[in-house]
Amino acid sequence: MRWGVVTFPGSNDDRDAVRAIEHVLGDSAVRLWHKDRDLQGVDCVILPGGFSYGDYLRCGALARFSPIMDAVSAHAEAGGLVLGTCNGFQILCEAGLLPGALVRNRSMRFVCDVVTVRVETADTFFTTSCQVGEVLSLPIKHGEGCYVAEDETLAVLEANGQIVFRYSDRTGRVVPDANPNGSLGGIAGICNARRNVVGLMPHPEHAVERLTGGEDGLKLFRSAQAWLGNRSSSARREPAVVPGP
Amino acid sequence: MGELRARVFVTPKRGILDPQGKAVEQALHTLGFEEVSDVRVGRYIELRLRDLAADAAGARVRAMCERLLANGVIEDFRVELDEERR
Repeated sequence: MRWGVVTFPGSNDDRDAVRAIEHVLGDSAVRLWHKDRDLQGVDCVILPGGFSYGDYLRCGALARFSPIMDAVSAHAEAGGLVLGTCNGFQILCEAGLLPGALVRNRSMRFVCDVVTVRVETADTFFTTSCQVGEVLSLPIKHGEGCYVAEDETLAVLEANGQIVFRYSDRTGRVVPDANPNGSLGGIAGICNARRNVVGLMPHPEHAVERLTGGEDGLKLFRSAQAWLGNRSSSARREPAVVPGP
Repeated sequence: MGELRARVFVTPKRGILDPQGKAVEQALHTLGFEEVSDVRVGRYIELRLRDLAADAAGARVRAMCERLLANGVIEDFRVELDEERR
């Protein structure tokens, strides 16, 4: 599988994402610059964590106008896979590729911790190898991770199963004590209606090796590999088009 | 048509959680300003505009707000325009 990792000015998890893909997953990672206009044929583009443009104005508000974002939107429009973690999730919301917004943590404090999240749906490219209700341990580090959206938007997310992860305790109960930032509904990650764009505040790319905090994140990256593998093998079963004379 | 000064006020929408406003309100209560309620903390942006009539300038600044300066999901905005005095 071919991944692309975008570096914006101020991104700081881009190298971790590249490392997870190349050294742990054994896939190829294309390093993309925010001024690029071509995604070089990647299957999944990752908008990494960090503080793009210094978080000026609002987190992700300026990065969404980087030249590469036109290509990212077109990729999503064409059904291509897009993953945003932390600042990447904020950029996807600002760009309108995901609904809602991420605002200042309810505690007003930056949180740096390892949290547990419950997988709410296995029907996305990023969770297809997970069980619904499965609890994953993933790191978070953010000051603006409180997910908010209008009531109607939240109702649509619930009804369509677009909530991908919720903060939970170790037994999978979504309780206020397990919510690190005040997100509505304990929402830690969502997908778009078409399910090819996923954003989450936790950092799966920091959880790919036992030596450094566990490997629950690996399961999510492996999901994308499995999802893409299934799709291409079912595509191969399609009857071949016979070229005309 | 000279220069215009635009003042943009961006505030959290009603019903959207405003933890900064809450924290400031609590701090004011602690300081003895018990009469305070409904504190909302937003953002203030000043712009100078050239060669535009006031109504055209208003439309331009509102477009700037919708595209960049405010996020309509969580924020409201208000624009004031004045002749720039030299």
